[in-house]
Amino acid sequence: MIHVIAFYLFAVMTIGSGAITILSRNPVHSVLWLILAFFNAAGLMILVGAEFIAMLLVIVYVGAVAVLFLFVVMMLDIDFAELRAGFVKNFPFGMLIAVVLLAEMVLGIGAYKAGALQLGTPDGTAAQPLGTSNIEAIGALLYSRYLFLFEAAGIILLVAMIGAIVLTHRQRGDTRGQKISKQIARRPDEATVNVKPEVGKGVSL
Amino acid sequence: MDWSQSLRLIAPEETLSIAGLILLLVAAWGGDKASRLISILTVAALVAAGIMVSPALCGATMGPDASAFFGQFHADAFASYAKVLIYISAAASLVIAPVFFERFNAMRAEYPILVLFAALGMGIMVSAGDLLTLYIGLEMNSLAAYVLAAFLRNDGRSAEAGLKYFVLGALASGILLFGMSLTYGFTGTTSFSGINAALAGGLSHGALFGIVFMLAGLAFKVSAVPFHMWTPDVYEGAPTPVTMFFATAPKVAAMGLMMRVLLDAFSDQAAAWQQIVLFLALASIVVGALGAIGQTNIKRLMAYSSINNVGFILVGLAVATPQGASAMLFYLAIYIAMSLGGFAVILMLKDEDGNYVEHIPSYAGLSRTRPGLALGLAMIMFSLAGIPPLFGFWGKFLVFKAAVDGGMIALAALGFAASVIGAFYYLKVVKIIYFDEPADVVKGESDIWHKLILVISCVVISPLGFFLTKWLGGLTDTAATALFHAL
Repeated sequence: MIHVIAFYLFAVMTIGSGAITILSRNPVHSVLWLILAFFNAAGLMILVGAEFIAMLLVIVYVGAVAVLFLFVVMMLDIDFAELRAGFVKNFPFGMLIAVVLLAEMVLGIGAYKAGALQLGTPDGTAAQPLGTSNIEAIGALLYSRYLFLFEAAGIILLVAMIGAIVLTHRQRGDTRGQKISKQIARRPDEATVNVKPEVGKGVSL
Repeated sequence: MDWSQSLRLIAPEETLSIAGLILLLVAAWGGDKASRLISILTVAALVAAGIMVSPALCGATMGPDASAFFGQFHADAFASYAKVLIYISAAASLVIAPVFFERFNAMRAEYPILVLFAALGMGIMVSAGDLLTLYIGLEMNSLAAYVLAAFLRNDGRSAEAGLKYFVLGALASGILLFGMSLTYGFTGTTSFSGINAALAGGLSHGALFGIVFMLAGLAFKVSAVPFHMWTPDVYEGAPTPVTMFFATAPKVAAMGLMMRVLLDAFSDQAAAWQQIVLFLALASIVVGALGAIGQTNIKRLMAYSSINNVGFILVGLAVATPQGASAMLFYLAIYIAMSLGGFAVILMLKDEDGNYVEHIPSYAGLSRTRPGLALGLAMIMFSLAGIPPLFGFWGKFLVFKAAVDGGMIALAALGFAASVIGAFYYLKVVKIIYFDEPADVVKGESDIWHKLILVISCVVISPLGFFLTKWLGGLTDTAATALFHAL
């Protein structure tokens, strides 16, 4: 019973906050509603027993993607009124695409349910051992069977990082960066001078 | 599975990754001043990795002995052969690079490191025994390649090349991934042996779509027609040493990957993919030859030439026999020699002020001003055209012989006819440098390393190269046998 109540709560909240994401006038509010939708989707994932995906949703989508959206929305000067201007004109076209997508999904799922698709049977390498949570199961696979690929994927991220630095980092002549070693090596007697200025003459350094 | 055996089998990959990480630290502290030192050490790492893979090639390692990490990685004779070619190309594009980049004040310590990681990724590609390994290797190579294409970031053409390559490459990766997910969905496994076993009962429509999408993605990576559009622009825009790298190592890697996918995973479905490969081969030969005719930029010409050559290599794949695979590997070795020599010449064609001359009509009468260079360029052009006394002929001969022996006489005849069209533009270059009135543009001094690479590749493609046929033929036969016994 509590399961059903939780499901309907999360589902209604997900759809509701999804709808408000599209409808709200203020883009910052949209992003905040989107975050709420992600949290509720994560709740749904926990209900079906996929707690790893639930955590990914919170960490990756809320923690990284949504925050990135927020930055983009706040930093870019986008005229949202102008963006919405073509709404009425493009509405029929958008509806057409939505109807086509819906029809395709209905057809696809219908064909699958009717048994027209012969999907392959899993070969069992990724089967979840009894009595383990799926985080444990994924971890056990990732760090043993797929160790080589996991490490290689790490190198890909390193290459991406090198690439980003190579393409964007440059030495600029017009900035005055902090030279920490020079700051620390400075001694009080080099930094300060005692002068006895005469009255009315000023100081020359 | 035995962990120690697996770790031993990936020793070349370990060497390259550790060398890359250490050199990255050297680059971090040494800065761009250390780039020459890092280049030398990178070449040393590539040589070391090449020595490590050679026992598997000479000892004809294949099958379960060469399989690491539950069959995800095959360190067999086939992979070793391809890796040797890849490491040679990577080393050559490092050796020639400093002179070029120093001219633009752009020699940076990251260049050799990116080439090293690209070579590592390509090594993983040709060893793939699993869709995941395939994709990880491919992305490691591609990401490094996108950055390398845009390496001269203050040059508009280079930035354009990098962006174009990135956008189109990302699209191709997406298509490839879509095909892989379909294949996984309809076979229930990502390992090549598993896919092979699952499809033994026949090919479902879903898996067929999987093959088609995967082939489209892979054809982009080898730049086969109709997925070749990016090639001339990227080759022209990228810095010349990078173009040399693109024209050599990734071709071997992507071709090796394609052979692994089609001849291991989908080996029993040859009837399904043969017609696709046939079309790719013939279209590449024809479009590569016709497209090159109007080009006046030597780098664009080499791009079309590479498309054309990829077509000839794919003829060997379309046959789907060990003989065809062996012919492909032989052709790849000769193609590498010709491309390295060709780009070494392009890097030596400089005007008085040391600017690189890429405009073909400016080479007029080169034979009278720089006879040695003109002879080298002419030899490479004749060899690319496949004119008999030169070694390039032998590669074409082998793939067509494999096609005839495999019963595809029509394909061989069409390919042979189309190679005559290809000969036209190669001969046009020779005519310009030998028979036109001297334009007297090319005057610059050449670097010793460029000369060395040109001389070595000219010796290989000269009639002297035919002394290699027995030895190289033995190696390619071993490699092809290993490919067919990988599962």
